[in-house]
Amino acid sequence: MTTSIRGDNLLSLDRVSKEAIVEILDTAESFVEVNRRSIKKVPALKGRVVASLFYEESTRTRLSFETAAKRLSADVLSLAVASSSVKKGESLRDTISTIDALGIDAVVLRHQSSGAALQVSRYVPHVRVINAGDGLHQHPTQGLLDAFTVRQILSERAGTSGLESGAELFRGLRVLIVGDVRHSRVARSDIAAYVTLGCDVRVAAPGTLLPVDIENWPVSVVEDFDEALEWADVVGLLRLQRERGSGSFVPSLGEFTQTFGLTSERAARLRPTTIIMHPGPMNRGVEIDSKVADLPCAVIERQVANGVPIRMAVLYLTVAGSKEEVVL
Amino acid sequence: MSSIFLRGGLIVGESSTAVGDVLVVDGRIAGVGDVGEVPSDALEIDASGCWVGPGLVDLHTHLREPGREEAETIESGALAGAVGGFTALVAMPNTEPALDNVALVSYVLDRGERTPIDVAVAGAISVGRRGEMLAPLAEMAALGVRLFTDDGIGVQNPALMRRALEYAKPLGVRLAQHCEDELLAGGGSMNEGALSSRLGLVGRPALAEELMVLRDIELVRLTGGAVHFLHLSTRRSLDMVVAARREGLPVTFEVAPHHFTLDETSCEQFDALFKVHPPLRPRGDVDALRDALRAGLVDAVATDHAPHAPELKDLAFDEAPAGMLGLEHVASLTFEALGGPEASAVAFYALLSRGPARIAHLRAGDQRVRHSAHGGSLSPGEDANLMVFDPAARWTARSSALHSRATNSPYDGRELVGKVRATIAKGTLVAFDGELA
Repeated sequence: MTTSIRGDNLLSLDRVSKEAIVEILDTAESFVEVNRRSIKKVPALKGRVVASLFYEESTRTRLSFETAAKRLSADVLSLAVASSSVKKGESLRDTISTIDALGIDAVVLRHQSSGAALQVSRYVPHVRVINAGDGLHQHPTQGLLDAFTVRQILSERAGTSGLESGAELFRGLRVLIVGDVRHSRVARSDIAAYVTLGCDVRVAAPGTLLPVDIENWPVSVVEDFDEALEWADVVGLLRLQRERGSGSFVPSLGEFTQTFGLTSERAARLRPTTIIMHPGPMNRGVEIDSKVADLPCAVIERQVANGVPIRMAVLYLTVAGSKEEVVL
Repeated sequence: MSSIFLRGGLIVGESSTAVGDVLVVDGRIAGVGDVGEVPSDALEIDASGCWVGPGLVDLHTHLREPGREEAETIESGALAGAVGGFTALVAMPNTEPALDNVALVSYVLDRGERTPIDVAVAGAISVGRRGEMLAPLAEMAALGVRLFTDDGIGVQNPALMRRALEYAKPLGVRLAQHCEDELLAGGGSMNEGALSSRLGLVGRPALAEELMVLRDIELVRLTGGAVHFLHLSTRRSLDMVVAARREGLPVTFEVAPHHFTLDETSCEQFDALFKVHPPLRPRGDVDALRDALRAGLVDAVATDHAPHAPELKDLAFDEAPAGMLGLEHVASLTFEALGGPEASAVAFYALLSRGPARIAHLRAGDQRVRHSAHGGSLSPGEDANLMVFDPAARWTARSSALHSRATNSPYDGRELVGKVRATIAKGTLVAFDGELA
């Protein structure tokens, strides 16, 4: 169990403690303020080099990480493998060794294969590795920014600050995760974060999109999706991963929308305070109706915005992070 | 005239053991027990404290030649086998191109003859191992091929498997099946279960193996053709085949050392060294295999020795090829599974030599071409294929010390008990104490 990610890698939220997560959220809180300044930069990682290595196309995660690194004054080496000359089949070890030879302190890795970040951490043990999504396995910064967003909204409503609330507002919070849990690294990280923070997590999905061992997960499966929508404080929608072949796991996208899409009719069942989240990119009209995505309680853009302070916090803690150092 | 004198070992017969000497002269066993006069130029090996039994026979070796010589060649694989105690290997046909015709089978047999041990060939069941059309089984059988398999993948189409069994039966050959329904295994890379789900790896369910085992038992019942089940890995697979064998159906099965040594938690660090098909299973299945070995229910231990170039095992887990090495460690691992110091020497040689020799038709009197006889009873006059095993030796497996071209062994650093002391193939000492002689 990881009790702090200071000076460590961030590969997964599985077996990361509540204190460690709260530490990241609290650190991110201090970076939110930096992002509001006219000069959005602190010298925390000045002289450090962060490589961003994306084997899969990604707009928001890559921009978010690179923005975060730059706001910490780190130098960024950006390699979009998906569109570069690195051919599929070249070993991960060779690619990472090449980049390491340039002298880097951290690597942010997005890869289509589960476990790729852990493998890289074995190849370059002196470099901090931050998993920006590996296959179906984990996407820890997404789980963190989702939890951060929820805490931010709830603490605003409660008239307190995120820092003061710690993990308190998560206790018993009713979170409903909807959609392709089986193929979702976001679901694995979200569920790990929410459960660790004390939430009551339920999932709703067609039988084929539930994990094969769902009975071992610390969540319950809802029998009635519509009732669960009334129950939920937070509804986390997942992207239907068409590119992972989950298309054949449901008869049609239309049927998925009929049964588990957040349509306008279903959204009417939500309490006005219920928070609607989506990690993006959305399949509008599939897992979420376009109108629903634009409701005030849908906080999708806020999630994107919070990606930057969360990733600043993660980079700061992992790269700068001995316990003695003081924030800012 | 070359001769070898093995002094004072425990001679392991088919059902009993006795301390004595073994004399080898000109490729044959000349004397056992009290051997009389020893030629003055005989190479003497002190076998006291050691077991002396028939040379090991591997039913399941991937020699990679032709096509993947960077990972293994017929020669390097044969030498690795010799160090591991083997005097005969059955080369699997999933080379590139596949061993699905007389020319390619002849090529491998010819190359095999240039190695110090015997290399037999398993031919492909279908053309190109594509599971569509029968390969020329009768022509290959005429060259002495006695096992046929599309290993690497099972014959998916039940109608083709039925036809292959009907065709094979009068030829007196056996079909060996890699049991996994690929539609159900669906591109998975480890055992399906709670662990695969947590790791985000697509799983290969036990059922993918068990359904094909069940299917093929019924096809054997229907056709009367013989099936050898390759690398069974689950408790239920074993139960089904053992029950079918008790009914008198012509079925046999092997287990692979990794399946009775390692469990699925080895995959937890996403190290592709531990990726194999069928996958490493949960501890319960591993224990079931060990129980079956000790209970004498298993026909053969076979390595599924599968060399891969290092750069391929450095790929991500789901992208890396499946398979791991086994030839140089299987004897010690089998000894360990049989109970280490309590292991039965008779059972040990039954699993690694006499059982597989019977299945591969490599014994004396079996219809065969080109090969000497293996898995014998250690009687005078037999071909001298012998393996001396030291049950008390302790050593550490090192991938850097392997004789294979590849290094993808999952056992690096493992403490082992029991070691192959000497391998004598066709009357010649070919390996001694972990090195080529």
